[in-house]
Amino acid sequence: MAAYSTYSYDVLVIGAGGAGLRAAIEAANAGVSVGLICKSLLGKAHTVMAEGGMAAAMAHNDDRDSWKVHFADTMRGGQYVNNWRMAELHAKEAPDRVRELEGWGAVFDRTPDGRINQRNFGGHRYPRLAHVGDRTGLELIRTLQDHTTYLGVTVHMEHTVIELLLDGGRAAGVVAYDRERGRFHVFSAKAVILATGGIGRAYKVTSNSWEGTGDGHALAYRAGAELIDMEFIQFHPTGMVWPPSVKGILVTEGVRGEGGILKNSEGRRFMFDDIPDNYKPQTASDPEEGWRYVQHDKSARRPPELLTRDHVARCINREVKAGRGSPHGGVYLDIAWIKEKVGNAEEHIKRKLPSMYHQFKELADLDITKEPMEVGPTTHYVMGGIRVDGDSQMSSIPGLFAAGECASGINGANRLGGNSLSDLIVFGKRAGEYAATFSRENGQARVDDAAVDRAIEEALAPFDRGEAGENPYTVQADLQESMQALVGIVRLEDEMQEAVKRIQTFKARASRVGVTGHREYHSGWHTALDLRNLLAVSEAVALSAIERKESRGGHFREDYPEKLPEFATFNVMTKQGPGGSVQVSRAPLPPIPDHLKAVIEEQKT
Amino acid sequence: MAKATFKIWRTHEGGDGTFQTFHTEVTEGMVVLDVVHKIQAEQANDLAVRWNCKAGKCGSCSAEINGKPRLMCMTRMSQLNLWEPITVEPMRAFPPIKDLVTDVSWNFRVKKTIKKFLPRKPDAPDGTWRMAQRDVDRVQEFRKCIECFLCQDVCHVLRDHNKHDEFIGPRFLVYAANLEMNPLDTEDRVPDLKNEHGIGYCNITKCCTTVCPEHIHITDNAIIPLKERVVSRFYDPITRILRMAK
Ligand SMILES: Cc1cc2nc3c(=O)[nH]c(=O)nc-3n(C[C@H](O)[C@H](O)[C@H](O)COP(=O)(O)OP(=O)(O)OC[C@H]3O[C@@H](n4cnc5c(N)ncnc54)[C@H](O)[C@@H]3O)c2cc1C
Ligand code: SF4
Ligand code: SF4
Ligand code: FES
Repeated sequence: MAAYSTYSYDVLVIGAGGAGLRAAIEAANAGVSVGLICKSLLGKAHTVMAEGGMAAAMAHNDDRDSWKVHFADTMRGGQYVNNWRMAELHAKEAPDRVRELEGWGAVFDRTPDGRINQRNFGGHRYPRLAHVGDRTGLELIRTLQDHTTYLGVTVHMEHTVIELLLDGGRAAGVVAYDRERGRFHVFSAKAVILATGGIGRAYKVTSNSWEGTGDGHALAYRAGAELIDMEFIQFHPTGMVWPPSVKGILVTEGVRGEGGILKNSEGRRFMFDDIPDNYKPQTASDPEEGWRYVQHDKSARRPPELLTRDHVARCINREVKAGRGSPHGGVYLDIAWIKEKVGNAEEHIKRKLPSMYHQFKELADLDITKEPMEVGPTTHYVMGGIRVDGDSQMSSIPGLFAAGECASGINGANRLGGNSLSDLIVFGKRAGEYAATFSRENGQARVDDAAVDRAIEEALAPFDRGEAGENPYTVQADLQESMQALVGIVRLEDEMQEAVKRIQTFKARASRVGVTGHREYHSGWHTALDLRNLLAVSEAVALSAIERKESRGGHFREDYPEKLPEFATFNVMTKQGPGGSVQVSRAPLPPIPDHLKAVIEEQKT
Repeated sequence: MAKATFKIWRTHEGGDGTFQTFHTEVTEGMVVLDVVHKIQAEQANDLAVRWNCKAGKCGSCSAEINGKPRLMCMTRMSQLNLWEPITVEPMRAFPPIKDLVTDVSWNFRVKKTIKKFLPRKPDAPDGTWRMAQRDVDRVQEFRKCIECFLCQDVCHVLRDHNKHDEFIGPRFLVYAANLEMNPLDTEDRVPDLKNEHGIGYCNITKCCTTVCPEHIHITDNAIIPLKERVVSRFYDPITRILRMAK
């Protein structure tokens, strides 16, 4: 039997991004014992990188805003395959969740009358994003982290969960190992919340940190939970493209919200050339109107640069493919031009977009107040994830909850910017609350020792193969390359079939990877263990994308470029089948109740 | 393409360590963290390094590069002299774990000793407050902190004099300042700053401000005003008399 230490909690939270922290706070407030596990140090999770803001219809900057408009915007952005209940709860509860942060020490930017200031963002009809310059994620994570510090939550930092344990079909705990020493730990719990974030690392060009390897998706999947919408991946239109080592790092949409415009190598503002019909009524008809919009003129409509991300990303892709790109394979994003319009533009840009100024100055030697940036699409966010109940966030496995990016439903086919940070706090709270209740109503689950031993044995196998095994980094790089090339922004049946084939060979290679040395803080070993998660989610993405023979939101197929009504009635669902096979099916969408249908219709004009 | 020589600190069994030399190629735009990753992928799979965002936002990748405390992900190779070997070693003010990774858990314990945010009653019936932007500018500066702990690393009180039990260090003086200067806060941390948190140890050398990647004016804007509060509370004769008279 392998050696390990054991811990026991009522509620165990995996992940310390916005969702995990918010869940931990809620569970702790409910009076149950809470353990929190995260792969990195506290406060470093991916949430820290979020820039633009969090969406909540507080109507501070435009009193026409309300939960109804936010709900309708979210559904339209998601192309109506969202879980309507989640979109509804999110729109209704986000304002309270944001306000509560202020009581915990968050310091948002202010309106002239002293309230939380809200900014414009793509797909949101009114200025809706509460923000702090362009470091909103830092503000969110630090506020939650500091608040958690005083609540008696036990935090296990730099611990990686490698297996989810079940007891007769119910969640029972997890197996993890710590990076510092490479030792194993078994956590038993009455309820487990997954808040592990995204899957960006399945792709070569991504804005995600190394943590985004789809662990929660894969852990849940391997335990028998259902994943939905995995074909919907958000490629953010503006990532850095130069220099190569920073390729993929995000350039916030806030740049466009502040008046930044996209141009091709011919100097043409190409976004005006292709405005989808359903957005025409809300889009500016000329650059002048677009400028007025970003200057908060309420009678103006938004510039086409602020159309949904999937659309902007494809337009950029098209320009580059047509040979109208910038020298390093992107297009130009210009904020410096606003000096034609505002007095001390340089100061203005530095104040509104301090981290962007900093980022380009330090990493690309470029002054964004003087020169345009070069940008191109980057893998940013996964709409798909663990299928949950809209109210409680419980998955199909009793006692297993999911919140944040690893859960699915609220975003449908495409997420609006700013809806993730608010999703984290709305559904993080709900997951914490319902998990605490579940833990009260159910006794301790039994930990299966044999399953623990198996998980540990499997985790140590790369050391047994040692030098003779394959380099885990090579397999990871090959997978990322394939996903990027074959299941990217523009998709084709043959290419995706090829990806699925390759994934099988990568799986075989992953089972042969070897590492040497000691277990302490061993990145190679860590990469080896991440591989199976990346492979599981990649396969789910490719198979789901093959199943959806249409184009919708973040999923664009060159062979089926139209959006088709018969595909608007279900989510593609993936579930583990016998012998490691993947079962792909179509899960019907619950019908939208009439009163919410009416809300959507009202907002269509 | 250029050649570079890196001397990276490697720890050995038992805890001590030595520099290991690596030769590698660097290309345009690379930062030190890229090179460390390249070496890790090609030459030393078990090389330990902490990082997350690779964009200067999370504060994980702190190290000492050619002896200077810096973020590896924000140090471009083009700023360094490639004719000389480049040394990369862990932060020295914290116990080593492995290679470039140190045990920074002390920082998380210190934070717990600082009294938490305690807002005044909401200003409006809907439970919200009103604050002007100019009243929060200063606090927002402090809240830019990414907890890289480079300031803690460079502060001689911690680094050379090991006063970890008596002095909370510049990072947590910034943290305390952010709470003290939040217009909503009603808690009093001044006695703790003097008695428990050792603010008196700071002799305003400003080394912390020099290394802060977020360009927070740690000494001028956070520490000195806090010191002034301590002085006026405990040492200023007039306030003392007034307090005694109360
Ligand atoms: C650059 C950038 C900018 C963004 N800007 C915005 C924005 O302006 N507005 C907005 O709404 N959204 C934005 N997003 C999206 C948003 O930040 C993310 O979707 C969100 O932060 C995800 O939060 P989370 O809590 O679900 O997970 P994360 O913050 O990713 O946290 C995941 C946690 O899970 C832990 N974890 C993962 N796997 C394991 C494991 N196996 N064992 C233990 N722990 C594990 C990690 O250590 C981490 O603590 C942005 C994203 C990026 C990359
Ligand atoms: S100014 Fe004070 S806190 Fe900063 S390094 Fe010097 S002694 Fe330390
Ligand atoms: S104050 Fe500056 S140097 Fe110190 S931890 Fe914060 S960001 Fe780092
Ligand atoms: S990796 Fe995040 S600051 Fe360097």
